Amino acid sequence: MYAIVAGGGKVGANVTRSLLDLGHEITMIEQRADRFARLEEEFGPVVLRGDATEIAVLERAGIARPPELLLAVTGDDEDNLVISQIAKDAYGVRKAVARVNDPRNQQHFDLLGITQTVCATTSILGLVEHEVPEHGLVRLLELQKEGLVVVEVQVEGGSPAAGKKAGGLSLPSGSRLISVFRQGRTELVEPSTVLRPGDQVLGVVPESATAELRRALLGAPR
Amino acid sequence: MKGVVIGCGRVGSAVARGLAGDGWDVTVVDEDEDALGRLGPAWRGGFVVGHGMDVTVLEEAGLGDADAAVVSTRGDNTNIVIGQVLQLRYGVSTVVVRILDPARATFYSGRGMSVVCPTQTAISSLLETVRMATPKAASA
Repeated sequence: MYAIVAGGGKVGANVTRSLLDLGHEITMIEQRADRFARLEEEFGPVVLRGDATEIAVLERAGIARPPELLLAVTGDDEDNLVISQIAKDAYGVRKAVARVNDPRNQQHFDLLGITQTVCATTSILGLVEHEVPEHGLVRLLELQKEGLVVVEVQVEGGSPAAGKKAGGLSLPSGSRLISVFRQGRTELVEPSTVLRPGDQVLGVVPESATAELRRALLGAPR
Repeated sequence: MKGVVIGCGRVGSAVARGLAGDGWDVTVVDEDEDALGRLGPAWRGGFVVGHGMDVTVLEEAGLGDADAAVVSTRGDNTNIVIGQVLQLRYGVSTVVVRILDPARATFYSGRGMSVVCPTQTAISSLLETVRMATPKAASA
């Protein structure tokens, strides 16, 4: 596969090294002279010096072939957005993955149609939620295009949902409980399923309503 | 009419003053609070300190009910992204974005934004002026 990696910082350099090891053809673009010199020592002609947001630089990197994959992983969110837009809209690159440095900018990527994004901060927070069970609601999977999140919720003794039938809960619209895991077994949730303390409930919820679902099942966060 | 100017450099500040002079209700956004000085001592419009990518800043500047916006920060890509956010998120109907790089200006002017490219304007007017030069031989 041919891939262009825009940005030769830690992320770009490590991804490039791994993709080269896997036998892929890569061009990495780096603007800064000091970084470029270091990268060129290791990667040789794989590295191209230039501003990856300039169309002429992208063309020198072979954007018109087009590559099967473009990774926009610079340290600047605006640059990553513009690189991805040019790749997709001007050159028909099918798969453009953009790095989100500041999670507050995620909404701009979503708004501008750059749906495949990676944000280290958000991923780490997801892990923290997974490791700290009292946080209550764990985000297992984000379906970005659909705007949905698959979540897991641990019902506790004091939870408002404990002892209630699933069909009687007032859940945020567009959300649904899928299954409960209890005593080593998984059961699908029916309207008649009574939630009990200790149940691990799997559900799907619109991105904007995760906090509301947590409140409905577990009450206000402590 | 309500206008918002993002980026209060030489261009942004002059545009803001011009619109205010025409009677517009103008709010200016800039990361640097000292940029307020560029608007002059008589500035009666709004001024919000913050980055134009920050939606709380944009909302404080009143983008929700702006009739027009001018985006002229130092960075081309910042302007390109903010311009699209103003159109798509806030539905501002007239958004003018400054892009210095002619290639990106051409690409994005085909996407609904009004793009002003001072570099291209300079290139065109320099060429035009030089092309009107009279040959030395003819004038002698």
